Amino acid sequence: MKARVFITLKNGVLDPQGKAIQHALDGLGFKGVKDVRAGKLIELDLADGTSNSDIEEMCRKLLANTVIENFRIERLENA
Amino acid sequence: MKSAVIVFPGSNCDRDLAVALEEVTGRKPAMVWHRESELPDGVEFIGVPGGFSYGDYLRSGAMAARSPVMQAVRDAASRGVPVIGICNGFQVLTEAGMLPGALMRNAGLSFICRPVPLRVENSQSLFTAQYDSGEEIVFPVAHHDGNYQADETTLDRLEGEGRVAFRYIEPCNGSARNIAGILNDAGNVLGLMPHPERVIEPAHGGTDGRRLFEGLLETVNA
Repeated sequence: MKARVFITLKNGVLDPQGKAIQHALDGLGFKGVKDVRAGKLIELDLADGTSNSDIEEMCRKLLANTVIENFRIERLENA
Repeated sequence: MKSAVIVFPGSNCDRDLAVALEEVTGRKPAMVWHRESELPDGVEFIGVPGGFSYGDYLRSGAMAARSPVMQAVRDAASRGVPVIGICNGFQVLTEAGMLPGALMRNAGLSFICRPVPLRVENSQSLFTAQYDSGEEIVFPVAHHDGNYQADETTLDRLEGEGRVAFRYIEPCNGSARNIAGILNDAGNVLGLMPHPERVIEPAHGGTDGRRLFEGLLETVNA
Protein backbone atom coordinates (compact mmCIF):
# COMPACT_ATOMS: atom_id res chain seq x y z
CA MET A 1 0.00 0.00 0.00
CA LYS A 2 0.96 3.61 -0.38
CA ALA A 3 0.28 6.60 1.76
CA ARG A 4 0.63 10.27 1.17
CA VAL A 5 1.56 12.64 3.94
CA PHE A 6 0.69 16.30 3.43
CA ILE A 7 2.70 18.67 5.59
CA THR A 8 1.54 22.23 5.98
CA LEU A 9 2.59 25.15 8.12
CA LYS A 10 0.32 25.85 11.06
CA ASN A 11 -1.98 28.83 10.82
CA GLY A 12 -0.26 31.96 11.97
CA VAL A 13 3.23 30.70 11.12
CA LEU A 14 4.80 33.09 8.64
CA ASP A 15 5.55 31.40 5.31
CA PRO A 16 8.18 33.49 3.47
CA GLN A 17 8.23 30.99 0.60
CA GLY A 18 4.46 31.26 0.14
CA LYS A 19 4.74 35.05 0.17
CA ALA A 20 7.43 34.94 -2.53
CA ILE A 21 5.26 32.67 -4.69
CA GLN A 22 2.34 35.03 -4.23
CA HIS A 23 4.45 38.00 -5.34
CA ALA A 24 5.76 36.06 -8.35
CA LEU A 25 2.22 35.13 -9.40
CA ASP A 26 1.23 38.76 -9.07
CA GLY A 27 4.23 39.72 -11.23
CA LEU A 28 3.04 37.28 -13.91
CA GLY A 29 -0.26 39.10 -14.03
CA PHE A 30 -2.34 36.67 -11.94
CA LYS A 31 -4.30 39.18 -9.91
CA GLY A 32 -6.47 38.32 -6.97
CA VAL A 33 -4.21 35.67 -5.39
CA LYS A 34 -4.97 36.54 -1.78
CA ASP A 35 -2.52 34.24 -0.05
CA VAL A 36 -0.18 31.32 -0.79
CA ARG A 37 1.00 28.70 1.68
CA ALA A 38 3.63 26.19 0.53
CA GLY A 39 3.88 22.72 2.03
CA LYS A 40 5.30 19.29 1.32
CA LEU A 41 3.92 16.05 -0.03
CA ILE A 42 5.72 12.88 1.01
CA GLU A 43 4.76 9.56 -0.63
CA LEU A 44 5.42 6.40 1.34
CA ASP A 45 5.43 2.90 -0.10
CA LEU A 46 4.54 0.72 2.88
CA ALA A 47 4.10 -2.92 3.80
CA ASP A 48 0.45 -3.91 3.59
CA GLY A 49 -1.29 -3.54 6.90
CA THR A 50 0.84 -0.64 8.17
CA SER A 51 -1.43 1.01 10.68
CA ASN A 52 -2.47 4.63 10.78
CA SER A 53 -0.87 4.95 14.17
CA ASP A 54 2.46 3.78 12.71
CA ILE A 55 2.24 6.45 10.01
CA GLU A 56 1.25 9.06 12.58
CA GLU A 57 4.29 8.11 14.63
CA MET A 58 6.51 8.56 11.57
CA CYS A 59 5.03 12.02 11.14
CA ARG A 60 5.52 13.02 14.76
CA LYS A 61 9.03 11.60 15.04
CA LEU A 62 10.47 12.82 11.76
CA LEU A 63 8.32 13.86 8.83
CA ALA A 64 6.72 16.91 10.43
CA ASN A 65 8.03 19.36 13.01
CA THR A 66 4.88 19.74 15.07
CA VAL A 67 6.15 22.99 16.58
CA ILE A 68 5.40 24.70 13.26
CA GLU A 69 3.74 22.11 11.01
CA ASN A 70 0.54 20.08 10.76
CA PHE A 71 0.27 16.79 8.90
CA ARG A 72 -2.53 14.92 7.18
CA ILE A 73 -2.33 11.28 6.08
CA GLU A 74 -4.06 9.88 3.02
CA ARG A 75 -4.01 6.07 2.60
CA LEU A 76 -4.07 4.64 -0.92
CA GLU A 77 -4.98 1.01 -0.20
CA ASN A 78 -4.89 -0.26 -3.77
CA ALA A 79 -1.89 1.65 -5.00
CA MET B 1 38.66 21.16 29.35
CA LYS B 2 37.87 17.95 27.53
CA SER B 3 35.59 18.83 24.66
CA ALA B 4 33.90 17.05 21.77
CA VAL B 5 32.69 18.35 18.42
CA ILE B 6 29.94 16.35 16.71
CA VAL B 7 30.42 15.82 12.97
CA PHE B 8 27.53 15.07 10.61
CA PRO B 9 27.71 14.49 6.87
CA GLY B 10 27.52 18.07 5.59
CA SER B 11 28.92 19.80 8.69
CA ASN B 12 31.33 22.49 7.53
CA CYS B 13 32.11 24.54 10.64
CA ASP B 14 33.35 21.56 12.65
CA ARG B 15 36.95 22.48 11.92
CA ASP B 16 36.40 26.16 12.77
CA LEU B 17 34.94 25.14 16.11
CA ALA B 18 37.76 22.65 16.76
CA VAL B 19 40.40 25.30 16.03
CA ALA B 20 38.66 27.82 18.31
CA LEU B 21 38.40 25.26 21.13
CA GLU B 22 42.02 24.22 20.82
CA GLU B 23 43.12 27.85 20.73
CA VAL B 24 41.20 28.74 23.89
CA THR B 25 41.50 25.50 25.91
CA GLY B 26 44.92 24.35 24.74
CA ARG B 27 43.48 20.94 24.02
CA LYS B 28 42.25 19.41 20.77
CA PRO B 29 38.60 18.39 20.96
CA ALA B 30 37.53 14.87 20.08
CA MET B 31 35.76 14.85 16.72
CA VAL B 32 32.79 12.52 17.13
CA TRP B 33 31.10 11.08 14.03
CA HIS B 34 27.30 11.10 14.11
CA ARG B 35 27.04 7.28 13.94
CA GLU B 36 28.74 6.89 17.32
CA SER B 37 26.43 6.07 20.18
CA GLU B 38 28.80 7.19 22.92
CA LEU B 39 30.84 10.28 23.66
CA PRO B 40 34.41 10.12 24.98
CA ASP B 41 34.59 9.45 28.73
CA GLY B 42 34.68 12.52 30.91
CA VAL B 43 33.66 14.96 28.19
CA GLU B 44 33.12 18.40 29.74
CA PHE B 45 31.78 20.33 26.78
CA ILE B 46 30.00 19.41 23.54
CA GLY B 47 29.80 21.52 20.40
CA VAL B 48 27.26 20.92 17.65
CA PRO B 49 28.74 22.81 14.69
CA GLY B 50 27.40 24.77 11.76
CA GLY B 51 27.01 23.51 8.23
CA PHE B 52 24.39 21.84 6.13
CA SER B 53 23.96 18.42 7.73
CA TYR B 54 22.27 16.04 5.28
CA GLY B 55 22.03 18.88 2.78
CA ASP B 56 19.23 20.43 4.86
CA TYR B 57 16.96 17.64 3.55
CA LEU B 58 13.41 17.62 4.91
CA ARG B 59 14.12 20.54 7.30
CA SER B 60 17.42 22.04 8.41
CA GLY B 61 18.80 19.87 11.20
CA ALA B 62 15.94 17.34 11.03
CA MET B 63 17.96 14.29 9.98
CA ALA B 64 20.98 15.10 12.16
CA ALA B 65 18.72 15.46 15.20
CA ARG B 66 17.76 11.78 14.79
CA SER B 67 21.37 10.55 14.47
CA PRO B 68 22.54 7.91 16.97
CA VAL B 69 24.99 10.32 18.63
CA MET B 70 22.23 12.75 19.58
CA GLN B 71 20.90 10.42 22.27
CA ALA B 72 24.34 10.57 23.90
CA VAL B 73 24.35 14.37 23.57
CA ARG B 74 20.88 14.54 25.14
CA ASP B 75 21.97 12.29 28.02
CA ALA B 76 25.11 14.36 28.62
CA ALA B 77 23.08 17.59 28.60
CA SER B 78 20.67 16.15 31.14
CA ARG B 79 23.68 15.42 33.39
CA GLY B 80 24.58 19.11 33.13
CA VAL B 81 27.36 18.97 30.51
CA PRO B 82 27.38 22.30 28.64
CA VAL B 83 26.29 21.99 25.01
CA ILE B 84 26.49 24.71 22.36
CA GLY B 85 24.73 24.50 19.00
CA ILE B 86 25.94 27.05 16.48
CA CYS B 87 23.97 27.82 13.30
CA ASN B 88 23.06 24.37 11.91
CA GLY B 89 23.86 23.12 15.42
CA PHE B 90 21.10 25.40 16.79
CA GLN B 91 18.72 23.95 14.18
CA VAL B 92 19.74 20.43 15.23
CA LEU B 93 19.12 21.16 18.93
CA THR B 94 15.64 22.58 18.26
CA GLU B 95 14.81 19.61 16.01
CA ALA B 96 16.05 17.28 18.76
CA GLY B 97 13.70 18.95 21.23
CA MET B 98 16.60 20.14 23.41
CA LEU B 99 15.65 23.77 22.82
CA PRO B 100 12.15 25.16 22.19
CA GLY B 101 10.91 26.70 18.94
CA ALA B 102 12.01 26.25 15.35
CA LEU B 103 14.27 27.93 12.80
CA MET B 104 12.51 28.77 9.57
CA ARG B 105 13.51 30.21 6.21
CA ASN B 106 14.80 33.81 6.56
CA ALA B 107 11.95 36.26 6.17
CA GLY B 108 13.62 37.91 3.15
CA LEU B 109 14.34 34.46 1.62
CA SER B 110 18.00 35.41 1.05
CA PHE B 111 21.00 33.63 2.47
CA ILE B 112 22.53 36.17 4.88
CA CYS B 113 26.30 36.22 5.31
CA ARG B 114 27.76 39.21 7.16
CA PRO B 115 28.90 40.44 10.56
CA VAL B 116 25.91 41.46 12.69
CA PRO B 117 25.75 43.48 15.90
CA LEU B 118 24.22 41.59 18.82
CA ARG B 119 23.26 42.52 22.35
CA VAL B 120 24.19 40.21 25.22
CA GLU B 121 20.87 39.94 27.06
CA ASN B 122 21.95 37.58 29.81
CA SER B 123 25.48 37.77 31.14
CA GLN B 124 24.85 35.28 33.95
CA SER B 125 24.94 32.07 31.91
CA LEU B 126 27.73 29.51 31.62
CA PHE B 127 28.42 30.85 28.15
CA THR B 128 28.13 34.60 28.67
CA ALA B 129 29.75 35.20 32.07
CA GLN B 130 32.61 37.17 30.52
CA TYR B 131 30.31 39.63 28.78
CA ASP B 132 28.49 42.56 30.36
CA SER B 133 24.73 42.54 30.36
CA GLY B 134 23.53 44.78 27.53
CA GLU B 135 26.97 44.78 25.91
CA GLU B 136 27.04 45.11 22.12
CA ILE B 137 29.23 42.63 20.27
CA VAL B 138 29.66 41.55 16.66
CA PHE B 139 29.52 37.94 15.44
CA PRO B 140 29.20 36.89 11.80
CA VAL B 141 26.07 35.10 10.58
CA ALA B 142 25.89 32.80 7.55
CA HIS B 143 22.51 31.13 7.21
CA HIS B 144 19.39 30.63 5.15
CA ASP B 145 17.15 29.28 7.91
CA GLY B 146 17.76 31.47 10.93
CA ASN B 147 14.29 32.86 11.44
CA TYR B 148 13.54 31.85 15.04
CA GLN B 149 9.87 31.20 15.74
CA ALA B 150 7.98 29.95 18.76
CA ASP B 151 4.49 30.53 20.10
CA GLU B 152 3.89 33.66 22.21
CA THR B 153 3.71 31.69 25.47
CA THR B 154 7.12 30.15 24.80
CA LEU B 155 8.60 33.52 23.81
CA ASP B 156 7.24 35.16 26.97
CA ARG B 157 8.65 32.34 29.06
CA LEU B 158 12.09 32.63 27.42
CA GLU B 159 12.12 36.37 28.06
CA GLY B 160 10.78 36.06 31.60
CA GLU B 161 13.33 33.41 32.58
CA GLY B 162 16.30 35.28 31.09
CA ARG B 163 16.80 32.58 28.48
CA VAL B 164 17.29 34.96 25.56
CA ALA B 165 21.09 35.01 25.57
CA PHE B 166 21.70 37.12 22.45
CA ARG B 167 19.48 39.42 20.43
CA TYR B 168 20.03 41.05 17.03
CA ILE B 169 20.22 44.80 17.48
CA GLU B 170 18.69 45.34 14.03
CA PRO B 171 16.19 42.93 12.47
CA CYS B 172 18.26 40.29 10.65
CA ASN B 173 16.23 37.35 9.41
CA GLY B 174 12.69 37.83 10.69
CA SER B 175 13.27 36.12 14.04
CA ALA B 176 10.56 36.64 16.61
CA ARG B 177 11.62 39.45 18.96
CA ASN B 178 14.98 39.55 17.15
CA ILE B 179 16.14 36.49 19.07
CA ALA B 180 19.61 35.30 18.02
CA GLY B 181 20.36 32.76 20.75
CA ILE B 182 18.53 31.00 23.57
CA LEU B 183 19.26 28.83 26.60
CA ASN B 184 17.44 25.72 27.79
CA ASP B 185 15.66 25.80 31.13
CA ALA B 186 18.66 24.40 33.03
CA GLY B 187 20.95 26.98 31.38
CA ASN B 188 23.54 24.47 30.14
CA VAL B 189 22.42 24.28 26.50
CA LEU B 190 22.88 27.32 24.25
CA GLY B 191 21.74 27.56 20.64
CA LEU B 192 22.59 30.56 18.48
CA MET B 193 22.65 31.35 14.78
CA PRO B 194 25.70 33.71 14.77
CA HIS B 195 29.19 32.19 14.80
CA PRO B 196 31.32 32.99 17.89
CA GLU B 197 33.99 30.51 16.70
CA ARG B 198 34.67 32.72 13.68
CA VAL B 199 35.76 35.73 15.78
CA ILE B 200 38.50 34.33 17.99
CA GLU B 201 41.64 36.18 16.92
CA PRO B 202 42.37 39.61 15.40
CA ALA B 203 43.07 38.10 11.96
CA HIS B 204 39.39 37.04 11.88
CA GLY B 205 38.40 40.70 11.92
CA GLY B 206 37.19 40.55 15.51
CA THR B 207 37.64 38.72 18.79
CA ASP B 208 34.21 39.05 20.40
CA GLY B 209 33.62 35.29 20.27
CA ARG B 210 36.69 34.41 22.28
CA ARG B 211 35.17 35.35 25.64
CA LEU B 212 32.33 32.88 25.14
CA PHE B 213 34.80 29.98 25.10
CA GLU B 214 37.04 31.52 27.77
CA GLY B 215 34.06 31.98 30.10
CA LEU B 216 33.02 28.41 29.55
CA LEU B 217 36.55 27.16 30.23
CA GLU B 218 36.67 29.14 33.46
CA THR B 219 33.34 27.74 34.62
CA VAL B 220 34.26 24.16 33.76
CA ASN B 221 37.65 24.46 35.50
CA ALA B 222 36.20 26.18 38.56
